[in-house]
Amino acid sequence: MKSKSKNRTAAQVITYALLILLAVIMLVPFVWMISASLKQNKDIFVIPYEWFTSSPRWQNYVDIWKKIPLATFTLNTVKLTLIVTFLQILTSSFAAYAFSKLHFKGRNTLFLCYVATIAVPWQVYMVPQFIFMRRLGLADTHLAIIILQAFSAFGVFMMRQFYQGIPDSLCEAARIDGMSEYGIYLKIMLPLSKPAISTLIIFTFVNTWNDFLGPLIYLTSEKKKTLQLGLKMFISQYSAEYGLIMAASVLSLIPVLIVFLSLQKYFVEGVASSGVKG
Amino acid sequence: MSQQVQAAESAALLSRKKRDRRRTLVAYSFIAPNFIGFAVFTLGPIVMAFIMAFTDWDGNNAMNFIGLANFRDIFSDDRFLSALKNTLVYSVFTVPFTLIIALGLAMLLNRPIRGRNFFRTVVFFPYVASLVAVAAVWNMIFSPAKGSIANQFLVNILHMEASKWAAAPSTVMLTIIMFSIWKNMGYYMVIYLAGLQGVNTELYEAASLDGAGAWQKFLHVTLPQLRPTTFFVTIILTINCFKVYDIVYMLAGGSNGVVNKSAIVLVYYIYEEAFRNWKLGKASAASMVLFLIVLAITLIQFRGQSRSENE
Repeated sequence: MKSKSKNRTAAQVITYALLILLAVIMLVPFVWMISASLKQNKDIFVIPYEWFTSSPRWQNYVDIWKKIPLATFTLNTVKLTLIVTFLQILTSSFAAYAFSKLHFKGRNTLFLCYVATIAVPWQVYMVPQFIFMRRLGLADTHLAIIILQAFSAFGVFMMRQFYQGIPDSLCEAARIDGMSEYGIYLKIMLPLSKPAISTLIIFTFVNTWNDFLGPLIYLTSEKKKTLQLGLKMFISQYSAEYGLIMAASVLSLIPVLIVFLSLQKYFVEGVASSGVKG
Repeated sequence: MSQQVQAAESAALLSRKKRDRRRTLVAYSFIAPNFIGFAVFTLGPIVMAFIMAFTDWDGNNAMNFIGLANFRDIFSDDRFLSALKNTLVYSVFTVPFTLIIALGLAMLLNRPIRGRNFFRTVVFFPYVASLVAVAAVWNMIFSPAKGSIANQFLVNILHMEASKWAAAPSTVMLTIIMFSIWKNMGYYMVIYLAGLQGVNTELYEAASLDGAGAWQKFLHVTLPQLRPTTFFVTIILTINCFKVYDIVYMLAGGSNGVVNKSAIVLVYYIYEEAFRNWKLGKASAASMVLFLIVLAITLIQFRGQSRSENE
C-alpha cells in the first residue's frame, strides 16, 4: 500500500515537471516577443539575454504607428474579417437548411458537388481563380478577398451536419401551423444552431484574420493590404528593426487572443466534433 | 360523375405539381446565394485548373493544347523536383512527430490535474496565433547570430556548436519542421482529447485486475480504441503538410520572399511559376501533381473509414 502511494507521488511529480517544461516551450516565444518589443535593437542579441529589461522602451509601441500605416492595415483586416464572417454564416446556414430539411430535385447531386470540392485544396485552383478575378477587374480589390472566402463549401457542409441532428418533425409542425420555410429557418433553425454558428464564426474569423497567401496574391497597393501582409512587408523592409517588429507582432496578436479566450469553449468543441465525425 | 372525379383528380394533381414546383423554387432560393458564388468562383476555376495544365495559356493570348508538355517540363525542372522532395521530407518528419507529441499531450492533459484548462489553452494558442507574428519571433529566437536564444541553448546547455538554422541549407528544413510541430500540435491534441472521451473506462479496471501497468494499459487498452482518431489525425495532418506554404515563406524566404532550392515546397513552386514567371500551364501541371497526391490520401481515408464502419 505504501509503495503504491509513493508511486503515485512520483507520477505526480513527473506530470507536473512535464507540464512546466511544456508551458515553458509553448510560452517562451511569446514572452520573448513581449520582452524584445520593449528593447532597443542593439540589446536584442546581447549575451546574457535580459528577459525583463530595467528600462522598457515603450516608445516602440508609439513609433510603429508612424513607421507603417498600421491603423490602415488593421482597419482593412477588421473590415474584411467582419464581412467575410457575416456572409459566410448567412449563405452557408441558408444553403445548409435546404440541403438538410427541404426535398427537391438534384439535391444529392448538388450536395455531392460541395463535398467533392472540400477535398480539392484551394492551392490547386488559386491560379485560374486569380486569372478569372483579374478579368472581372477584381485584382487588387477587397471584393476579391471577400468573394474568395465567403462561399466556402466547408461552411455549408458543417452547418448541414448540425441541422441533420435537429428532428424534421420540428419543421413539419411549423409547416402545418402555416409557417413559411423562411420563417422556419429564421425563427426555429437559426436560434437552435447557435453552437454550430459560433464554431463557424471562430473558424472563419481566425482563418480570415490570419490568411496570408490570398491577400499576397491579390492585394498589391499598400493602402489595401491586410495586417498580416503589411506586417510581413515591414519585416522584409526593416529586417533589423527588431524592437519595432516585435511591437507590431504583439499588437497583431491581441485581437486574436481576445476572440480566442472569449470563445475558446466553442472553438475546442468545434475542433473536437470535426475530429470525431471525420 | 366519373368525369367530375377525374376533373377533381387532375385539379389535385395540378395543384400538387404546382406546390412541388413552388417548393423546389423555395429550396433553390435558399441555396442560390451560396451556390452561385461557389459555382462561379470555386467550381469554375477547378475545371479550369484541369484544362490549363494541358495548355500553354498565359492568361491573355489564345489557348493552345500542348498535351503533356507542361508535365515533361516540370519533371525536368530542378526546382520542381526539389519542391517535391522537400515537401515529402517535410511530411515524413512532421506527421509522426506531431502525432506522437499530440497524443502524449492529450494523455497528459486528460488527467485530473490542477490548471488543466490553462495548460490546454497554452498548447492550443500558437495554432490560432497569426503566423507572421510567431514566425517573426522564431526567426529571432533561431537567428544564426551567436547571441540568439536557440544558439545560447545549444552552446551553453547542450555544449554543441552554434547553428545557422534557417540560414543554412542543411538545417533549414529542420527549423521549419520544428516550428510546424510547435505551432500545430495543439490542434491535433484537441482532436485526441475528444477521442479519449470515447474510450471505454471499464476496460481499464479489467486491465488493472489483470495486473497491467500504466504503460501496458496505454498500449493494449487506450491505443487500440483511439485507432479511428489516429487514422483521422494522420490523414488531415498529411494533407495539411502537402499544402504547406506560408511557414516556408516566412522562415526561409529571403527579404525578397524568394525561397531557394533547399527549402522550396510544392505550393511555393506553383505560386512562383504562376505569379512571378507567369507560366500558368507549368503552375497548373504542378497543381495537378498536388491534387493527385491529396486525392490519393483522401481515397485511403474513405477506404479506411468504410472498413472501420464494417468492423
